[in-house]
Amino acid sequence: MHNTSSTDDALVLYGQRFSSRLLLGTARYPSPAALKAAVERARPAMVTASLRRQGSNPAESGQGFWELLSSLNVPVLPNTANCHSVQEAITTAHMAREVFNTPWIKLEVIGDDYTLQPDTLNLVAAAETLVREGFYVLPYTTYDLVLCKRLVDVGCQAVMPWAAPIGTGRGPMNPYALQVLRERLDVPLLVDAGLGLPSHACQVMEWGYDGVLLNTAVALAQDPVAMAGAFADAVQAGRAARLAGAIEPQQAAQPSTPLMGTPFWHQA
Amino acid sequence: MQVLINAQPVELPEGATVADALAALQARPPYAVAVNTQFVPATEHPRHPLHAGDRVEVISPVTGG
Repeated sequence: MHNTSSTDDALVLYGQRFSSRLLLGTARYPSPAALKAAVERARPAMVTASLRRQGSNPAESGQGFWELLSSLNVPVLPNTANCHSVQEAITTAHMAREVFNTPWIKLEVIGDDYTLQPDTLNLVAAAETLVREGFYVLPYTTYDLVLCKRLVDVGCQAVMPWAAPIGTGRGPMNPYALQVLRERLDVPLLVDAGLGLPSHACQVMEWGYDGVLLNTAVALAQDPVAMAGAFADAVQAGRAARLAGAIEPQQAAQPSTPLMGTPFWHQA
Repeated sequence: MQVLINAQPVELPEGATVADALAALQARPPYAVAVNTQFVPATEHPRHPLHAGDRVEVISPVTGG
């Protein structure tokens, strides 16, 4: 299904076109083979990756992961996961640009370790600097409307609000806030974090979101490859529904079958 | 002099550069380097001088979300 997506409805971020509206994380899969198969099934626009001290976690790093990442043939979106200060985030972005040879950066500046909620003030400051330095910044943020407007003000050409805290799988905690954000902002919006089910992804796409970024919901599913396909299909279904134009909910029932000529019909 | 490479104390000769720190770590590409939370581009590794107490970070790609 996702292979047939039309190029005229491409996702456009920083002037670059992507045929998929799903971005997929690479962490927490049961094996490198499962990661590779999930990416091949979902055919995402980008895959996320991160940076850690060399030798700190051989299972999820090292030459093996680098070779796997290269073999996927999917653009890499490095993140600044677990950075807590503006300087840490900026330095990590520069290291990512050199290692991955890409201007893309998923900007995370964490302000609370329990919820992994972004440090909203430092996020804007880091985004402003990185945009000025030529990065294509995709900021991971809460769904606060004014904060998201500030991110656009400093030059972010897309914004990525969370649906719920990272890895919780709770789905959109605040549908109102996410929908208001869609109404008020014209830049591409991607829901990043907190999705658990394909229906969550479909829902936000129906609301007019331009894409979704997820990891745990696929990686920790009993069958990550099948779940990758389910999410890819859900994203495409939600997008198609958005473009098709949904009906408005009504109070009263309206028969879909014509009443005219109903057998045995009589006026009460 | 002693520097910290990925939070581990390492003894390097006076005048050592980032390139010397990478050799001491036996770093394997791909990697990138920061010294005292400032990015040091690869082109600068052979000539970026280190000083006692410097904190050198050598990072590599890992899985991420």
